[in-house]
Amino acid sequence: MTTTTTEPTGSTADPVGAPDPAPRRRRKGSGGLGSYLLVRFLLIFPTIFILVTTVFFLMRATGDPITAALGGRLPADQLAERVREAGYDRPLMTQYLEYLGNLVQGDFGTTLSDRRPVLEVLTTFGIATLELTVYALIVAFIVGIPLGMLAAYFRDRFPDAVLRVFAILCYATPVFFAGLLLKLVFASGLGWLPVAGRASTGTEIELQFLESPTGFYLIDALQTGDWDVISDVLEHAVLPAIALGLLTAGIFLRLVRTNVIGTLGTGYVEAARSRGVAESRLLRKHAYRPALIPIITVIGLQIAILLVGAVLTETTFEWKGLGFQLAEYLQARDFVAVQGIVVLLAVIVAVTNFIVDIIAALIDPRVRY
Amino acid sequence: MSVVDIKDLQISFATDAGAVTAVQDVTLAVQAGEVLAIVGESGSGKTVTARSILGLLPETARVRGAVVLSSKDGTTEQDVVPLSGAQLREVRGQDAAMVFQEPSTSLNPVYPIGWQIAEGLRAHGKYSKKEARAKAIDVLRLVGIPDPEHRVDHYPHQFSGGQKQRIVIAQALVLDPGVIIADEPTTALDVTVQAEILELLRRCRDDFGAAIVLITHNMGVVADLADRVAVMYQGRIVEQADVRTLFSAPEDPYTQQLLAAVPRLGQGVERTRERAVRRAAGWERTAPVVEAKDLRIVYPGRMRRPDFVAVDSVSFSIRPGEVLGLVGESGSGKTTIGRAIAGLTKVSHGSLTVLGTEMNGMKERAFRPVRERIGFVFQDPASSFNPLLTIAEAVAEPLVVHKRAKDPRAARPRVDELLEAVQLPKAFGDRYPHELSGGQRQRASLARSLALQPELLIADEPTSALDVSVQARVLELFDELQRELGFAALFISHDLAVVDLLADRIAVLYRGQLVEEGTGAEVLGAPKHPYTQRLIASLPVPDPDEQARRRTHWNTLRASD
Amino acid sequence: MATATSVPTAAGPAGEPGTTPARRRRSWRSLPIVHQLRQSVGLQRGMLVAGLVLMGVFLLTALFAPLLAPYEYGQLRDAEGLFGAQQPPSGDHLLGTTVGGYDVLSRVIWGSRTALYVIVVAVLLSIVAGVLLGLVSGYFGGWLDRVLVVIADAIYAFPALLLAIIVAIVISGGQSSLWGGIMAAAISITVVFIPQYFRVIRAETVRIKAEAFVESARVIGASNRRIMLRHVLRNATRTLPLILTLNASEAILTLAGLGFLGFGIQPTAAAEWGYDLQQSLSDVTSGIWWTSLFPGLAIVLVVLGLTLVGESLNDLADPRLRTRRRVADQEPAEEGEVAAVPGGALTAGPAGVGGLEVTAAGGRPGNPASAGATGAEPAEGQVAGPDVTGQDGGGTRS
Repeated sequence: MTTTTTEPTGSTADPVGAPDPAPRRRRKGSGGLGSYLLVRFLLIFPTIFILVTTVFFLMRATGDPITAALGGRLPADQLAERVREAGYDRPLMTQYLEYLGNLVQGDFGTTLSDRRPVLEVLTTFGIATLELTVYALIVAFIVGIPLGMLAAYFRDRFPDAVLRVFAILCYATPVFFAGLLLKLVFASGLGWLPVAGRASTGTEIELQFLESPTGFYLIDALQTGDWDVISDVLEHAVLPAIALGLLTAGIFLRLVRTNVIGTLGTGYVEAARSRGVAESRLLRKHAYRPALIPIITVIGLQIAILLVGAVLTETTFEWKGLGFQLAEYLQARDFVAVQGIVVLLAVIVAVTNFIVDIIAALIDPRVRY
Repeated sequence: MSVVDIKDLQISFATDAGAVTAVQDVTLAVQAGEVLAIVGESGSGKTVTARSILGLLPETARVRGAVVLSSKDGTTEQDVVPLSGAQLREVRGQDAAMVFQEPSTSLNPVYPIGWQIAEGLRAHGKYSKKEARAKAIDVLRLVGIPDPEHRVDHYPHQFSGGQKQRIVIAQALVLDPGVIIADEPTTALDVTVQAEILELLRRCRDDFGAAIVLITHNMGVVADLADRVAVMYQGRIVEQADVRTLFSAPEDPYTQQLLAAVPRLGQGVERTRERAVRRAAGWERTAPVVEAKDLRIVYPGRMRRPDFVAVDSVSFSIRPGEVLGLVGESGSGKTTIGRAIAGLTKVSHGSLTVLGTEMNGMKERAFRPVRERIGFVFQDPASSFNPLLTIAEAVAEPLVVHKRAKDPRAARPRVDELLEAVQLPKAFGDRYPHELSGGQRQRASLARSLALQPELLIADEPTSALDVSVQARVLELFDELQRELGFAALFISHDLAVVDLLADRIAVLYRGQLVEEGTGAEVLGAPKHPYTQRLIASLPVPDPDEQARRRTHWNTLRASD
Repeated sequence: MATATSVPTAAGPAGEPGTTPARRRRSWRSLPIVHQLRQSVGLQRGMLVAGLVLMGVFLLTALFAPLLAPYEYGQLRDAEGLFGAQQPPSGDHLLGTTVGGYDVLSRVIWGSRTALYVIVVAVLLSIVAGVLLGLVSGYFGGWLDRVLVVIADAIYAFPALLLAIIVAIVISGGQSSLWGGIMAAAISITVVFIPQYFRVIRAETVRIKAEAFVESARVIGASNRRIMLRHVLRNATRTLPLILTLNASEAILTLAGLGFLGFGIQPTAAAEWGYDLQQSLSDVTSGIWWTSLFPGLAIVLVVLGLTLVGESLNDLADPRLRTRRRVADQEPAEEGEVAAVPGGALTAGPAGVGGLEVTAAGGRPGNPASAGATGAEPAEGQVAGPDVTGQDGGGTRS
């Protein structure tokens, strides 16, 4: 917990593991895991603060939301009345401070188009986005990590070439186009899977009559115990999960490949090879674990890409989650709702990054002790 | 009985410039229980030859010839060259094991050391977890890791460099191999630790009956450990002989030159005396160029880590025209002192006067005119030149900055002069740094540092990245230039013999403190501080008989500790 | 970024040290991309060439769009009357018509122009701002650096498309003319990219600042401005071609994403692939494939080309990932021997010693110890390095 290099004891004359005279480059220092986590945790707040502030002032730079939504559709005096009612005629700083105060209390505002508290929109639709993201991550892990290791193993040989082109295609294809293609082939073409939505109407109704619906359709469907309902939910999830999952899988594949190749070239892998350790074991044990640490850190940053992907996937498949709602509100020019959703997503990203950093720190024994 | 028998080995590699033959016509045999040293400078093919014994060559290599490896009990023998896959794995670790140069990278940072030792065992036989662990603890005790029962579960970063190398050796020993290939096993370590590791390797031979193939560029190490020596040059073996014969009567001209280039302790004493005689009267009373009084340099700790005191109440002075040699192991603070004098590191406490300017609380703007009078030679010739500037442009840089020349082109005549002074052809000025070898670059670096005719030169380990023969040339050049131009110098090195060669006085640093200072004769002849004594005793000398005596002395010193 | 990036300084742009004893001038061969193309082999060369071809086709299409496209992007009718909506591919309309009655082929071709505009504007703006900020911030450090890093990290962590949406709202209120739309997309992408350039350049600057050659310039007494411009800047921008291609591909994806969410450029103002895909959403359900397939493919091919080039550059810059020729392909030429100076190595005189030293360095590329075992500590180094892909360059948050 305290020192990186333990003092040698006994008869050895090794010099004390004195730190290099040059300042240490290690990001995680050795000031103990505790203080690292604390600093890392405290960093969340300026991050969120900066984002909230940026979004607020950007959104207000061109005017107030009511004018933006209704401008031109209402006579000028009525518009001014609505603006005054909502308090948008006050000085910007006052509005900003009020907005911050409300945020702290969990009040994200009220949507203009359907007069719902933004927070309620977030909780209702957020769970659907979560469900989609979870499916996609499962696909990404199942596809990306083993294939990445395979590609590293067959480095520069035929399987590697195929896998790399596959990975590049995965992230060169916009998710919505991937979604459209999947729909064309498997839904409208072959008719194997449903075209859109999270479940068929019958299932949705059935799920609403549950005692405590979670909104996570798969969990709810399992609660009913009805196989038809479960398979209906799963069938609807397949295409969106693949569309979004493949995007992330491509990124994972590339990451795993790069990092495993990197660790395969290190001294300790060479050393293990010199002791007769099998190549497959070198890959599984020696190269993979150390490669995992940077991979996990980077996966944290993928959350942003994943969420953007989710927004686009939801629009493609009419998956009624946050992204779908965001697109709807954008069409309706309801910028209060847009601002609320954007801020929430940003907060999710910041918090996820924090959690991921902690996991990475816990995996690395040099930080743990 | 020979454990390794190499016949007509030829190895070539693919590079961007086409195929390069690294090893040619090498025929070698290693007898059971002997230490064979393969010596040579970088690029001589010694490492490649040794690695071929384990089939540990990159895919770009093509090997011809035979490398026959016998098992320790002599029952089986196999040519390694055509082997692959499972057969090769069978041999690796079991019949021949390897110890690498860099202990910090040859252990996997994310697994406990016990796990890593056990892994080798379980790759070659059936062991339960418990048995493997017990064997790991045993072998750790054998290599001198204290409290092995407890420490077997520790991670590599919890050990010091020397201990890590012990663990790497333990990994090799645990499989009881017939031959251990040690590739520069002590190059990354401090000299006092080096002596320990050499002792341990000797025990590998004496107590475990393992033959050792020792790859090294250090003739002192060879004299200390080897029974027989093979000298390699440009991919071929130029000479093979018994260690005593080789050192006393080298036959090949290359071997002779190589041995002559090795700096030896005590060589500088005569030179120092000459220089002292030549000094003008009253020299002792001239104002020092550099004067440190209770100098203390602290690197502030981050994230609640305690501050690190790199230099602690150090006092010394350098007079005009004098060369002070600063010796110490890694982390002793020697580089920090050099950087502080050059204004690259802040002084925390005490006083440091450089050419009349107080460095404690120094302002960069005020110091800039003083910089004109200081030259600096950096350790790593690879990174001390801007890769995008030609050598001439780089050497002209100080002239342009201090307005002695309008632009690099105007400075060219002076640059050519300087290049000539460091014995580089003028045409080299038009080359880019990567087109020069290490030694050439270091000479260009010397030219750059002398461009403004400084009164003070700081040389931070200027030769530690160079081969012995190249080092000899650069040191000689340094000495010539110093005599000619008469600048004062701070010469920083970890190598006592190198410092002894050049310095008027030697200062020994240990954990940030100056433990001893005096002329070479005083410090090397009659060291007072126990650390200096240990340091000198640990330094292997290139003479097997002399080194055997020194080793006995070192052992008694160690026993009395 | 700090640890594993030993590449650019050590190897220099013109190959391994000492491999060519002859003096070498900087020529067209050492230009970025041309140099890498010459350096690459096998699969890596194939990828690079494929990427360059795709990029070339894209550029040519964008430049010659007016000649290539059979109709205007906003054209609904010709002499024979309206084109008609959702017409399947035919002689008149090779790729069919859209739900809005536009010619698909024409819009795909014209769309490349819009994409190119956006890439050029976005990349130019963000490079200038990002490089400048990164250089100053990394070089001087201090509180300004810390503040900028926190801000850049915050924006970097922010989903790019969301930020782009907001900036698009600010700039154009959500819909606009050709240049309004292009600027909206370009500026929003710029805002997202500035932190990326900033981070890369800053990290490089911090690394280079610690290099001996910069310290040496400081010891000489060079001014900060001189050090920054002469020593740091050019060395720090070596990875730019790589980031550039990757960011260009991200710019296209962001533009298409904006279009797909309904923030695209109106069909009468310009052709934009994302917008066309959004329009085709309902077609897909009824099995009309041509309206979505071709604009989508256009995006994929352009992004694919840019990514292939970017990844190849990345691999070539990273010695761990670079493929080298195998010996089996070539007989051991005499080149290995060329470097070796026969005879007295230690003989005096600059030429003799020089020869020896070149030999020593020349042998090194074949030395596996230096080729393979560049073991950086994995926790910091692995992802870092010159691996500055938009997707995963983030392993280096400081």
